[in-house]
Amino acid sequence: MTAFRKIASLAALAISALAVAGGARAEDKPTAITIATEGAYAPWNFTGADGKAEGMEIDLANDLCSRMKVKCTIVIQDWGGLIPGLTAGKFDVIMASMFITDKRLQVINFSRPYAIDPSTFAVAKTSPLAKSDLSGKYNLNDEAAAQPVIDKMKPLVKGEIVGVQAATTNQQFLKKYFDGVIDIREYKTTQEHDLDLAAGRVDALFAQSTALAATLSKPGFSAYTIAGPQFLGGVFGRGTGAGMRKSDTALLAMFNDAIGDAIADGTIKTLSMKWLKADVTPPQ
Amino acid sequence: MDITFLADTLVELLKGAPLTLELAATSVGLGFVLALALGLTLQSAPAALRWSIRGYVTMFRGTPLLVQIFLIYYGLGQFRPTLETLGLWGFFRQPYWCAILALTLNTAAYGAEIIRGGLQSVPYGQIEAARACGMPPWTAYRLVVLPIALRQALPSYGNEIILMIKGTSLTSIVTLLEITGVAQQIISQTYRAVEVFACAGAIYLSMNYLVAQSLAALEHWLSPHLRTPNIEDAVAIEGGLH
Amino acid sequence: MASATFDLIGFGPEGWGPALLRAAAMTFVLSVAGFLSGAALGAIAAFARLSGDRFARVAAFAYSVLFRGVPDLLTIYLLYFGGSVALTMIGHWLGARGFVGLPLFATGMAALGVISGAYQAEVYRGAFLAIHRGEIEAARAFGMSGLTMLRKLVVPQVLRYAIPGLGNVWQLVLKDSALVSVIGLVELMRQAQVGAGSTREPFVFFCAAGALYLVIAAATGALFRTVERRSRRGFRMV
Repeated sequence: MTAFRKIASLAALAISALAVAGGARAEDKPTAITIATEGAYAPWNFTGADGKAEGMEIDLANDLCSRMKVKCTIVIQDWGGLIPGLTAGKFDVIMASMFITDKRLQVINFSRPYAIDPSTFAVAKTSPLAKSDLSGKYNLNDEAAAQPVIDKMKPLVKGEIVGVQAATTNQQFLKKYFDGVIDIREYKTTQEHDLDLAAGRVDALFAQSTALAATLSKPGFSAYTIAGPQFLGGVFGRGTGAGMRKSDTALLAMFNDAIGDAIADGTIKTLSMKWLKADVTPPQ
Repeated sequence: MDITFLADTLVELLKGAPLTLELAATSVGLGFVLALALGLTLQSAPAALRWSIRGYVTMFRGTPLLVQIFLIYYGLGQFRPTLETLGLWGFFRQPYWCAILALTLNTAAYGAEIIRGGLQSVPYGQIEAARACGMPPWTAYRLVVLPIALRQALPSYGNEIILMIKGTSLTSIVTLLEITGVAQQIISQTYRAVEVFACAGAIYLSMNYLVAQSLAALEHWLSPHLRTPNIEDAVAIEGGLH
Repeated sequence: MASATFDLIGFGPEGWGPALLRAAAMTFVLSVAGFLSGAALGAIAAFARLSGDRFARVAAFAYSVLFRGVPDLLTIYLLYFGGSVALTMIGHWLGARGFVGLPLFATGMAALGVISGAYQAEVYRGAFLAIHRGEIEAARAFGMSGLTMLRKLVVPQVLRYAIPGLGNVWQLVLKDSALVSVIGLVELMRQAQVGAGSTREPFVFFCAAGALYLVIAAATGALFRTVERRSRRGFRMV
């Protein structure tokens, strides 16, 4: 072998040795796990000035970890990279207000839901949807009841530019039911579509009602309001759960137990009232 | 190696290619015109104008393109009332035009430097000869200085074109659906980040390869005087072997 | 209005000033680490490109074309997602269990190193080819061993010819470090985004970030120019 090839193979071996030395992570009944959150979705999870994650899900994560007697580290990861990052082993759990859907269940596992929060539109106070009297919660699993309401909404939002976060069930909902009626603009984070709503680049937003309520309570959004019916189920799945790799069955059982306890003793209700100003406890 | 998935992904990604090419071509074209104007102005402008141009060039060459895109898109979006009164809001409202503005200003700053280097490399003797022939300044520029300067600048400018094509991938971060934007959409459906990004990379690589080859051909065509003549040509000119 | 702006990026209790400066320091450290890794990779690639081994030449050429032709954003994403997959595979092959991952900083450094290495390889190659053939012949005539020739002849001259090109590559690395924000590392760009999202004052934050980048670019640019002038002392250049 020439000198170059010798050096190249030595280097490859050295790098792999370093990688192994970097450490493998524990499996089965872990004592320390890493939880990833988006860090840009107030009030569920957001990043404070010191770079640390804060919000309802962070408090809930710490609570669940103390119940499970596990040491938790919380890291921040962009929304689009959460599932690929989980499957690549960068962290062990996702708690980022991610809905449990069949599509995601093909790739990862979810714990039982720890929150149910319907999604809805935020529009200008002068828009036709705000002036109509359409309201109520509709479960998309019952399409017979939901479809007429959606059809009534279509003329009220026709032609508007609606901002939505990319790769979310919100975006899938708009694509499935309102494609062609509205101009869908996809953003990497909800903070970015909030900025564009304030700037007037989009006419409306479609997101979870608690997140919209938090956004609209800030200065600069006085011209906008939440309007129209709220939707859950169907394309929105079964609520918000913690995402885990399919192979981590022991961890899944631990989370399910802990979440069950948190629902039973009212912790979820307390935390959600504190952060979201609404009770998002799922039915037991 | 899931060939069907890769093939499907490539076809999906190519739907973003027209926008990539459109962004790159428009910004390079407009940027070239602006860079040429700035480069020529730098030669013979009053000090204040020269300093402002230099300031603009330093600012846009010294900060990352990503910061410039964010500043123009989100930063200026904060000033919507002012822009509305100026009648400019229709322009800044569209992500496409914000991206074009950011890319154009960026490439014009680099282009101005490249063209300045090209103009300085024109041998002074040529300019003297042009004046001696009695050419008015603008004709001298048109017939003598610019052809030499631009040919000199071509390799560096070719590099800049390739950098711009790569730069369009950043516009995915402000909602534009060019190749990288489409790639992120596909990943959000399939969660297969590595394969999709690898396909996207392959498309950019092919584009840049084609551009590099075309530029090499253009340089070759523009510099016959620098090539060593081969024997057959010399013999033909001489009228055949005696 | 202006005082409110300075409150925001200043050092008061509401101020993001310290966070921004910390992030700027991270940007600088990340860029330096990336540039130095790139120097190592670039030197190896240049050596391979100039060597007699055909495989080495082709591999180095492919490396250079690949990472100068693919957008840096994609390279960073690929290294982030693909890197841990690859390392895990190597780890499993070597007997480790579970996942093997690189921390964020290491990923960013590796990405910047791989990208700048491709450009630096071209710079070193050009610098090496600029060394007068006659000097190498003379060194051989003196009986200098390969290593001595490298130490006394090649490296000093390559460094001297390479400095202008390296200055350009450094500026490129500094600006590419902003792209590393997409993997979540808290450097200047990311911090500005966090601040802008939190306070909904994007203009202030992105201007502050731009200004900080400019300061780092200007200071390091001046440093490179000083080194360049000193390296050229004693030589008359056209």
